[in-house]
Amino acid sequence: MRLDLAHIQRWIEPGSRVLDLGCGDGEFLELLREQRQVRGTGLEIDEHKITTAISRGLNIVEQDMDRGLGNFPDRSFDTVVMAHALQAVHYPDRVLEEMLRIGRQCIVTFPNFGHWRCRVHLGTRGRMPVSKFMPYHWYDTPNIHFCTVKDFEALCTDKGIRILARDVVGSPAREPLLAGAWPNLFATTAIYHITR
Amino acid sequence: MNPGRDSRSVGLVTPQLARFEEPLLLACGRELSGYELVYETYGELNASRSNAVLVCHALSGHHHAAGYHSEADKKPGWWDECIGPGKPIDTNRFFVVSLNNLGGCHGSTGPRSINPATGRPWGPGFPPLRARDWVHSQARLADRLGIDCWAAVIGGSLGGMQAMRWALEYPGRVRHCVVIAAAMKLSAQNLAFNEVARQAILSDPNFAEGHYLERETTPAQGLALARMVGHITYLSDDAMANKFGRDLRTGTLDRGSESDVEFQVQSYLRYQGSQFSESFDANTYILMTRALDYFDLAREYDHDPVAAFRHSRCSFLVISFSTDWRFSPARSREIVDALIAADKPVTYTEIKADEGHDAFLMPIPRYLDVFRAYMKRVGDDH
Repeated sequence: MRLDLAHIQRWIEPGSRVLDLGCGDGEFLELLREQRQVRGTGLEIDEHKITTAISRGLNIVEQDMDRGLGNFPDRSFDTVVMAHALQAVHYPDRVLEEMLRIGRQCIVTFPNFGHWRCRVHLGTRGRMPVSKFMPYHWYDTPNIHFCTVKDFEALCTDKGIRILARDVVGSPAREPLLAGAWPNLFATTAIYHITR
Repeated sequence: MNPGRDSRSVGLVTPQLARFEEPLLLACGRELSGYELVYETYGELNASRSNAVLVCHALSGHHHAAGYHSEADKKPGWWDECIGPGKPIDTNRFFVVSLNNLGGCHGSTGPRSINPATGRPWGPGFPPLRARDWVHSQARLADRLGIDCWAAVIGGSLGGMQAMRWALEYPGRVRHCVVIAAAMKLSAQNLAFNEVARQAILSDPNFAEGHYLERETTPAQGLALARMVGHITYLSDDAMANKFGRDLRTGTLDRGSESDVEFQVQSYLRYQGSQFSESFDANTYILMTRALDYFDLAREYDHDPVAAFRHSRCSFLVISFSTDWRFSPARSREIVDALIAADKPVTYTEIKADEGHDAFLMPIPRYLDVFRAYMKRVGDDH
């Protein structure tokens, strides 16, 4: 279980309706079904992950978020989750707006490009960072809209999005305190619980 | 293929006949005093009778969906790719029921049957049917077999429409509904193709206004033409290009020669048409295409598919194929969107396939994987 997913769980009410955008192979929805008895639906476009998720007995809709979410009615889910996909969509701001329309509350996680390693990588080598967590090159990465913790919070302010809670995952593990104190420098993954 | 040696086949199967004496009130207002349904079953019904799966056939289908009728049989049933031990509809787990629809021409009561009131074949006088009539007649077969609730009702194309109708007419008797390459209603273009097919039959002099059985003729030409038109719409442009291209079967287009030229695709279509005209009944074809035309899932729900689906209590699997232009992915997405808006559990995939509408009958790896994965859930879920 990815650390960010373990963090998210506690914000999900038992028995609620959850829409997971970019649900992958359904690992998280399966966990939520078992631990939180949620009624879940996942959106995914990767063929193999869809098949795995279906074999887990999950409801999966093959749909590309970049082509809109207009088929989901207003307030049709209690929580809309998007884990590590914000940076991969064409219009992150529009997807956020749609999430907040569909769900009463939303949970978003993304890799923090403001992490000190990224800064050092770019600052000292002058090259786009490539690491264990961001293993792609600039030209083949699906991550086309990297942002930092500060960037995201600025967007929330602009859009009138309320941040209910913020959590961070630091790296290495000895940095949780640092990540809590200076998230924009020390968080590898930022986790936001938001609403409108 | 020797049926006895193929461990992935259900092997030899024998059709069975169920006779129903209780009159069936039809959507058209007429009553069928009694009727017969021919059906096959594969696999074993479990003790709790919870593993039964109903397979609904498409326009020209029938009850023989899997296995072989004899050792000499060269071709298995029409959906043998999907039904059998270890196949998506796994007969090691499920008890599969496949029947010929009422109005069909493969053994169930239809236009070729004798009308008890006249002692002559029904012919064109057979009552027009709707998908709901099929569903009601199938429900009686379920009663007869002791099946209170289907683990799944499954169908492709017109069969998918029946599956959806099942979910609305008998919400308590369907746990899962699998809708493949279908639509909530036909488009104008689809209606148009069906009309061309019917006109081909109606304008054949041997059709004799539907009384060809009594005249001992058969409108083979019209039926073949109807099938040829239909067949074109079941394939994609790419599929036809890959299969036939502009290849010539006979003759040459070289300068200086005046030979008769026949393209491969011409010969193929004619072959399909003539095969079909030998095995299918013209009145049944007209009846089935009309049932297809008249189907409109939400008509009686104020034309609101969301309101319609609110009546269902099952989970849905919806599958479409990328190059299917007869029942395009957009039609399937309409089903999915209505189910989402009705807050019903739905799984949807669009399978990339070159084969057009016919893809639902083909062993396309991702299609079979998705189907198998979902059926695993159906099997686990009782």
